[in-house]
Amino acid sequence: MVGLSIVLLLVIIAIFAPLIAPFDPISRVKEDSLLGPGRTYWFGTDLLGRDILSRVIYGSRVSLEVGIIAVGISVIIGLLMGALSGYFGGASDAIIMRVADIFFAFPYILGAIAIMTVLGPGIINIFIAIGLLGWASFARIFRGSILSIKNKEYIEAARALGASNYRIITKHIFPNSFAPIIVYATMNVGTAIIVEAALSFLGIGVQPPTPAWGKMLSESLDYIDIAPWMMIFPGLVILITVLGFVLLGDGLRDAFDPKMKQ
Amino acid sequence: MLYFILRRILQIIPVIIGVTLILFILMYVIPEDPAQLILQKGATPEALANLRAKMGIDRPLHVQYWRYMRGLFSGDLGTSYRYGRSVNSILAQHYPYSIRLAFAAIILEIIIGLFAGIVSAVKKYSFWDSLVTISTTIVVCVPVYWLGMILQVTFGLKLGWLPMSGYGDGSIKYYILPAITLASVSIAYVARMMRSTMLEALSNDYIVTAYAKGLSQFKVVGKHAMKNALIPVVTLVGLDLGALMGGAILTETVFNWPGVGRTLYLAVLQRDAPVVIGGTIILVSIFVIMNLIVDIIYAWLDPRIRYEKREPGL
Repeated sequence: MVGLSIVLLLVIIAIFAPLIAPFDPISRVKEDSLLGPGRTYWFGTDLLGRDILSRVIYGSRVSLEVGIIAVGISVIIGLLMGALSGYFGGASDAIIMRVADIFFAFPYILGAIAIMTVLGPGIINIFIAIGLLGWASFARIFRGSILSIKNKEYIEAARALGASNYRIITKHIFPNSFAPIIVYATMNVGTAIIVEAALSFLGIGVQPPTPAWGKMLSESLDYIDIAPWMMIFPGLVILITVLGFVLLGDGLRDAFDPKMKQ
Repeated sequence: MLYFILRRILQIIPVIIGVTLILFILMYVIPEDPAQLILQKGATPEALANLRAKMGIDRPLHVQYWRYMRGLFSGDLGTSYRYGRSVNSILAQHYPYSIRLAFAAIILEIIIGLFAGIVSAVKKYSFWDSLVTISTTIVVCVPVYWLGMILQVTFGLKLGWLPMSGYGDGSIKYYILPAITLASVSIAYVARMMRSTMLEALSNDYIVTAYAKGLSQFKVVGKHAMKNALIPVVTLVGLDLGALMGGAILTETVFNWPGVGRTLYLAVLQRDAPVVIGGTIILVSIFVIMNLIVDIIYAWLDPRIRYEKREPGL
């Protein structure tokens, strides 16, 4: 419930950011540079006099977009690969699983940095980089489900009735593999948000002046001693957001499989 | 056993080749001319063309890849575009820093992770158990670089107890903050796993017997339960050692640590393809070799693994 509440709150904040944010997240007020948290600016201001709270609120949009879309890309590629691998078996299974091994061995952050260097900075490229790197786990999960299900009687019955491979996979196999995939995807949204923040922190993710939590942290590096609030609040919201998705994933797993509650 | 080891080694080869191929393609499609990188601005078109021909980068991708792989199998990782030095020597210079930091992190992971896990299991549902469970859940959600920054501000800047960044004279005080940062997530995983394996071990009949014989809790936990509870944790630590030895890009960047992770990050930003590819190959190799060693140890401990029927595609 805690996880669901955090995630719902975050979604509401992201959607209604223009109504909730007290200030424009981009507009600069030179005379309000590096002000500490107070009545006007609850989370303080940065070097350019921009309101940290408003930037944190708008930053939730980038994080949520990346989390959901990048993981969506991973899920789609993973399901396709998993279906080809588990359902059809043979050479396609061997090849896809070897390719998955390569992606498992690939250092995640380094891979994301390399792809971003090729594609260039920008949010669309972050979707692609994180989406491309995360498919292998979903392929493995879906393949495992297919292998355990595909020889069951009801699948044979469907086949005997003349159902196509597409119909068997989408109507009979996928609904039975849905639970582990949705649980893993939910937890992966948190990981994607951390990776996006890391890329922006390293300067190759979301570009200024778009407010993004990782970018805000990298901007705080030079003022760590005189304006620690610049670092504390974006970091805290990343932590709370990731925690929300992890707890939501845990909760979903318990809901789908009550035995796990023990 | 020999068949098992050979099979696992054969599975590694396509992984290494695949990683090199992906990186090679990525670095190849970067719209930047390595000859321009080396000669800088102001180079004549003739000079650029000459250098391209000399480096072989005017050849098609597959020719370049084949040449690189031939060099790789003879132990040559190529020459850096930026520094004009061999990639082997650059990595040899930076790897020791990463390996030392990895060992410092592993030591923390073992000491803190095991201790927290054991306390949590032995004092199940107590305040300490809740503390370990909650803190490990939170720690795995913390961005490592943010944790690094918090530690820098707290212990480096405000309290002045430890250096904020760098390697300095290489004394222990320079290792503490980066090692804690690097180990944080792993400590949480070790503590969680130790808790669950310890709880399982403590529920066995031989533990009840040990208590019935009048042994102290210290002996029962430390001698009888610990032995069985440790095996999966050792596996986790082994895999972690492989992952951490590959250098930690974020931790090394925040702490300005002269390791291979930071070197690789800078090389990517500088489009120094030979360093990126060479460094990643070594990094992935260490990771998969550590995986292999852990698997072999596991297979040695548990014969069921080495005799298991091969699942198709795995």
